[in-house]
Amino acid sequence: MVGDDAVIEGATGSWEVVIGLEVHAQVISDAKLFSGAATAFGAEPNTQVSFIDAAMPGTLPVINEACVAQAVRTGLGLNAEINRYSVFDRKNYFYPDLPPNYQISQYAQPVVGPGMVRVDLEDGSVREVGIERLHLEQDAGKSLHDRRPDATCVDLNRAGVALMEIVSRPDLRGVGEAGAYIRKLRAILRYLGTCDGNMEQGSLRCDVNVSVRRPGAPLGTRCEIKNVNSVRFVQQAIDYEARRQIDILEGGGEIEQETRLFDADRGVTRSMRRKEEAHDYRYFPDPDLLPLELSDAYIDAIRAGLPELPDQKKVRFVEQLGLSEYDAGVLVAEKEVADYFERVADGREAKTASNWVTGELFGKLNESGREITDSPVSPDDLGDLIDLVADGTLSGRLAKEVFDAMFESGRPPGEIVEERGLEQVSDRGEIEALVDTVVGENADKVEEYRAGKDKLFGFFVGQVMKASQGRANPKVVNDILRQKLD
Amino acid sequence: MSLDKATVSRIARLARIRVPDEDLERLGGELDNILSWVEQLGEVDTSDVPPMTSVVEMRLPKREDTVTDGAYPEKVLGNAPESEAGFFVVPKVVE
Repeated sequence: MVGDDAVIEGATGSWEVVIGLEVHAQVISDAKLFSGAATAFGAEPNTQVSFIDAAMPGTLPVINEACVAQAVRTGLGLNAEINRYSVFDRKNYFYPDLPPNYQISQYAQPVVGPGMVRVDLEDGSVREVGIERLHLEQDAGKSLHDRRPDATCVDLNRAGVALMEIVSRPDLRGVGEAGAYIRKLRAILRYLGTCDGNMEQGSLRCDVNVSVRRPGAPLGTRCEIKNVNSVRFVQQAIDYEARRQIDILEGGGEIEQETRLFDADRGVTRSMRRKEEAHDYRYFPDPDLLPLELSDAYIDAIRAGLPELPDQKKVRFVEQLGLSEYDAGVLVAEKEVADYFERVADGREAKTASNWVTGELFGKLNESGREITDSPVSPDDLGDLIDLVADGTLSGRLAKEVFDAMFESGRPPGEIVEERGLEQVSDRGEIEALVDTVVGENADKVEEYRAGKDKLFGFFVGQVMKASQGRANPKVVNDILRQKLD
Repeated sequence: MSLDKATVSRIARLARIRVPDEDLERLGGELDNILSWVEQLGEVDTSDVPPMTSVVEMRLPKREDTVTDGAYPEKVLGNAPESEAGFFVVPKVVE
């Protein structure tokens, strides 16, 4: 299934947009890939820098075993081959935030080989997107260009932090698919606990490869757009870049393979200042590091510890909990939502729990611009509320009122029900008294009803409910009214 | 194999080494010598020999994921020609 936005109409006919993504995902680890310095975000400049990260002469890199495990875990989560033998290479280039003048990366022999991600598209269909490889590499430091007008300031806290570069095949068509792919990849990483997926903090960054072709024609020449930092920007960049290339081709020109930057303020891509040597990285195996060798037992142990991933969870929600494909898809898209739902649904009717989470809770969260992680209503409290409805203490209508109050105050439902006296009244004597009052006050309507105006029954129910301030058990009210009127 | 002046000049620029024009030809000759020596090594049939990755019999040593280093910005910045507010200060780089 190909999205509607996969084909762009140019002046001379249709063009297909072909997209491949390189995602740089920061590995969750306490220490850096080759040094014992910390990785925490937001520290004071250069306080998380070892002499290794600063490339002082005489230092040697020693690999962090947890980062290796995270890469293997991610590879397994992407249904990919894990290479038993991989090699670290030096990628050589000069930039002030790269002290050794090379980045330790993996070139010809990455730790993870081909894999596949199932991407859920908006129309409900699923598209399989090929993963070409995943390799481990170091991040660079951070250059601040606007701190001083006359100079660049460099912070090396990020230098040497472990990244996984995840390269997709050019399998994506259109901005919708590209966005869905990033969201799915992010969800998998977060389920695995290998990357926090925080795009604002730069934990997930994308390089986007875009080319266009006539439908069915061989791949066109691509341009790479560097360092795009949100799903929305990725989509804007693709859109702009595809149209730019179509304009050139339709004007009789040729696409030059090049690296471009996305200007988020103007929504355009532009050529990076041409440096002909920029791509001459002169990779060679890092003589400071031996090859990375992994045993089958090591890989199997990591495989055995994998958590349930979104695709598996979705199947379980549908097959075992009886949820619809759509609801299950919504609930598993974010790990936090799935966790929340599972707590609410624990020991309760799954469909009811799903309705409360995707209905009332999502509605309130959207309205107040909150994430589920700062929901004022805890999953246990929401569960208690559902129990109060199930055991007849609360009517469905009042339950919504109580939920609103819970969201407002963060208090448990029991307290609110008690304080406001909202318990449903099922006591026959109490309800009978109310019915008698209503019947007595509306003698004329009783006559009309008995004369055959059946519709008035609803009026009586309404009056009794009103008299009980909504607390009367509707079933009992109906029951007693029938007795008295018929 | 013979290196022309343009190639030597490009290699020098990639390594950020300033080489005066009059030295290019001589350096080209020296690099030629090195390259032809390496090419000569190619005459040995190594098709049955696995690549040697180390001269010692050992596996890649690994470290535990614990923070054991860093937190000495003054030392890291100690050799910098200029620093300010904890940052290295370098000539303006604009991309």
